Amino acid sequence: MTALDVQALKKEFPLLTRDRGDRPLVYLDSAASAQPPQAVLDAMDDYYVTTHANVHRGVYAIAEEATRRLEAARVKLGRFIGAPQPEREVIFTKNATEAINLVAYAWGRHNLRRGNVVVLSEIEHHANLVPWLMLKDELGIELRYIPLGRDFHLDLTDLDRLVAGARLVGVTAASNVLGTVVDLAPIVAAAHATGAVVLVDGAQLAPHRRVDVAAADIDFFALTGHKMLGPTGIGALWARAELLETMPPFLGGGEMISDVRLDGFLPNELPWKFEAGTPPIAEAIGLGAAVDYLEAVGLDAIGAHETALVGYALEKLTAAYDEIRVFGPAPDPVRRSGVISFAFDGVHPHDVAQVLDQSGICVRAGHHCAKPLMRVLGVAATTRASLYLYNDESDIDALVGGLATVRKLFSR
Amino acid sequence: MNELEDLYREIILDHYRSPRNRGELPVPPAHRVEGFNPLCGDEIVIFLDVRDGVLEDLKISGRGCSISQSSASMMSAAVKGLPVDEVHRLVRSFKSMMTIEGPPANAGAPDEPTVEPVDPATLGELGALQGVVKFPVRIKCATLAWNALTQGLDEIAVGSAGGA
Repeated sequence: MTALDVQALKKEFPLLTRDRGDRPLVYLDSAASAQPPQAVLDAMDDYYVTTHANVHRGVYAIAEEATRRLEAARVKLGRFIGAPQPEREVIFTKNATEAINLVAYAWGRHNLRRGNVVVLSEIEHHANLVPWLMLKDELGIELRYIPLGRDFHLDLTDLDRLVAGARLVGVTAASNVLGTVVDLAPIVAAAHATGAVVLVDGAQLAPHRRVDVAAADIDFFALTGHKMLGPTGIGALWARAELLETMPPFLGGGEMISDVRLDGFLPNELPWKFEAGTPPIAEAIGLGAAVDYLEAVGLDAIGAHETALVGYALEKLTAAYDEIRVFGPAPDPVRRSGVISFAFDGVHPHDVAQVLDQSGICVRAGHHCAKPLMRVLGVAATTRASLYLYNDESDIDALVGGLATVRKLFSR
Repeated sequence: MNELEDLYREIILDHYRSPRNRGELPVPPAHRVEGFNPLCGDEIVIFLDVRDGVLEDLKISGRGCSISQSSASMMSAAVKGLPVDEVHRLVRSFKSMMTIEGPPANAGAPDEPTVEPVDPATLGELGALQGVVKFPVRIKCATLAWNALTQGLDEIAVGSAGGA
């Protein structure tokens, strides 16, 4: 059912194949954080072992090599998401959250005034809600929300009215709770028609589907490294160079300046204008290696694999358990990711996850940093299993088997 | 499986399925206090009716996992009708049982009551929750209601001291 040789692939992920005695790891939490392959660990290791030095400063050989590797990672990542000017438009950040905060801080404070409208959606992660709620408190901007439809896709019926007069429209590309892959095209068209810029939270899409920021005609795109096989501590913001040029800097310090006097400073060129202080060099290089890995496997193959596997999982889960209610759209090659959130009737998600853990099955339970969405769904929390390229039917079968223990324990 | 059965004891599941003292009390005269577990979204609301230094009645609403709900239910059964100072003593005993390292050897500042090591057997039904300690993430679930109760009693004490 799949073009990927998962058995061979899995061997390249040390944590997934580590001997754990009689309890093999069934890792179904890649939407929270994916496991890095050996190639990513090697790239970071090699950097520290052979060429660690601070970047953009030293004239000696290893410092130049460190700078070269950092900038090569930037260009790789930019090309990976279709950036027209990868060497200038990709800003390294700590994660997607910091990337969105950069937009809210540098673009938002420079462009938004009291009463201005920012449009988000009901399915956003807190990362794309709280920065704007902070601006609401600080500047008095108005927030509007694209609602969730009954089919677990965004309801775009009222889109034109919602975005009318907006300055920014910020939406997730793929929900970390529902597995919904958002149809960006009509949102981008409506936003641009009214003169708004478009921010896309790509944290849950970039690891799983081919992204082309230029073809999508968006303005800002945020991603994080550790969900796409890279290390933690590294993410990125892509933005159109024209926008970045008009924005004031974000954090101030070394690296982001071209001159400093006691009475003022001149910011550096793009992209370093937005990168104050020594960057996470090894992490950026690790992310570059993760991009190489994803390119080698192929995003199309990964997408097809996940679509097949999520179909298998939904069928098995709902066939085996009447108690299960899935919060998410039907399987679809384009509009559905490998994230499966569900309620297990009569058992709280925390208890479900606790029982599954005893069988070595890692799933997430909670509100998934999307409390407004939980309220829309009418639940306090869900159990979430999320798939990636290294998962296969055996992981799903283990999940289905593990849930039998949940049923047994709680129907005593 | 043994660890799991130790965590999800029959008495815990019984309180989860049939929570005691569930509901609300009119405010005032009752005092209302909320507790949240930001990690999992569990929330609890406790209504306290304290008269003449005695916790005459309490009701609990909210939602959460089996551990937080059963702990709240068992707590309500244990503290209802007790003098407030005995409630505080029970809270300290329970929280001592819920501490991973156990109570510190010579407990803290002079104004802080010394916490005696607690034999779970003396806590009655509440002793069933000691299995939670092996699952550190769940300790917050088990103590959610107890922290809210303490907060509520403190608020009532401050309110009456201020002559409100």
